Amino acid sequence: MSSFEPQINAASTATLGTEPIIVAKDVEKWYGNGFHVLKGVSLTVNKGEVVVLMGPSGSGKSTFIRTFNGLEPYQGGSIEIDGIAIAHDNKGIELVRREVGMVFQQFNLFPHLSVLKNITLGPIHLRGMSPSDAEELGMSLLDRVGISHQASKYPGQLSGGQQQRVAIARALAMRPKVMLFDEPTSALDPEMVREVLDVMRKLAESGMTMVCVTHEVGFAREVADRVIFLAEGHLLTDTTPDEFFNHPKDERVKKFLSQILH
Amino acid sequence: MNYAFDFGVIWDNAGVLLAGAWLTFKISLLAITFGLIIGIIGAAFRTSENRILDGIALAYVEIIRNTPYLIQLFFIFFGLPNLGLKLSAEQAAIFSLAVNFGAYSTEIVRAGVQSIAKGQIEAGLAIGFKKLAVFRYIVLPPALANVYPALIGQVILAVLFTSVVSQIAAEDLTFAGDYLNARTFRSFEIYFTIALIYLAIVWLIKLLSFLVERRFFEFAKYRR
Ligand SMILES: Nc1ncnc2c1ncn2[C@@H]1O[C@H](COP(=O)(O)OP(=O)(O)O)[C@@H](O)[C@H]1O
Ligand SMILES: [Mg+2]
Repeated sequence: MSSFEPQINAASTATLGTEPIIVAKDVEKWYGNGFHVLKGVSLTVNKGEVVVLMGPSGSGKSTFIRTFNGLEPYQGGSIEIDGIAIAHDNKGIELVRREVGMVFQQFNLFPHLSVLKNITLGPIHLRGMSPSDAEELGMSLLDRVGISHQASKYPGQLSGGQQQRVAIARALAMRPKVMLFDEPTSALDPEMVREVLDVMRKLAESGMTMVCVTHEVGFAREVADRVIFLAEGHLLTDTTPDEFFNHPKDERVKKFLSQILH
Repeated sequence: MNYAFDFGVIWDNAGVLLAGAWLTFKISLLAITFGLIIGIIGAAFRTSENRILDGIALAYVEIIRNTPYLIQLFFIFFGLPNLGLKLSAEQAAIFSLAVNFGAYSTEIVRAGVQSIAKGQIEAGLAIGFKKLAVFRYIVLPPALANVYPALIGQVILAVLFTSVVSQIAAEDLTFAGDYLNARTFRSFEIYFTIALIYLAIVWLIKLLSFLVERRFFEFAKYRR
């Protein structure tokens, strides 16, 4: 076990399900071309919760979670992360971003840095950590995602699944309060999906607050506390995985499930 | 053909030639270093969301790339003193070459910056880096790697361009050649040797650039 895990547990499990950490209210967003992508979306996520976000392609899932760390500005409503308001124009956003980890579909590892340096870059420059402390942290995180033996390689030398696990470790190195995942397994070959989901599952068990855009039904059923469904910029349902998959009420959810469950 | 070659003139004046070669090398190295810094800043301006910065850099690039270098050199050496900025021939040579190389490298580095995927920038921002730090730590190194061959080509052109500074009596390698030629009339031997020395300097710079590439851009081999 890494030195990192107990800290998460201490921070979150004690307050599971009681203390809100993401509070989004009536979020409205238009893209520059006038497209109304988020039409008053509200969501509260409590500490330690795992929320899976599903919905048809183009429904606004990515846009929505990207407003949580200010990668997308928004125009109406409000968003708070751990009590800190995210301004519509993202002023002063850097401090919030340090507390919010994000994992992307395309991994987005930095190709010019070794695996270990990908992980230590943030802690050294933004957390004021000494290089040796950051390396120790980096190695323990790589150990945790099962690739410590690749620490000195470049990202281009790793498989997709390995790269995505490094990306998770890189986000965790900032000791975030919340982790956002935007279709983390969609760009992977099928045989690599599982190794990434296993890491996410362990992370959930350690008490991390997670919002995951994913169409991995098995993961959603077993790991999620709640499944929310977005369609055309509206949040249609917010319910338990059991209700969502076994007793869907909304016609659009039923249609969506028939497509992803074949 | 009854011209009798006499390379003795080269050995007799080796000191003059070496001094010229050294100045050429020094001017090249300094101008390229400063010019690259200008180019990196220029590329940051050209790719910034701030239209004013973009405009300033664009105007600079357009002016420098569309006027003769010799005129730029004369302007800086003979024109600026009218404004009270008096530079020595060597300083004017370095300054004008840096400004010139800066404009070309701005465009080369800009192409490199624009070749970096948006996801790289987003990943840096998501960690909490400010835009400038994202540029410095995340965008710039792979951007330079992507345009490294074009940049080295421009570096070599800059070295060859330095011969023009003999026109303001900066005592570079070409100046040394002209000087010896006027005294000995051994034009063939002198300019042949000067050409060889330029070739040697360019090869030296190519070697240095190869070492830099191996040291800093090893990762580029593994990129897909
Ligand atoms: N930069 C943009 N400008 C205009 N429209 C965009 C932009 N980014 C995304 N969109 C549109 O917004 C909608 C929602 O996109 P997105 O949030 O990526 O959906 P999802 O992640 O659910 O597939 C899509 O119709 C998409 O085409
Ligand atoms: Mg998406």
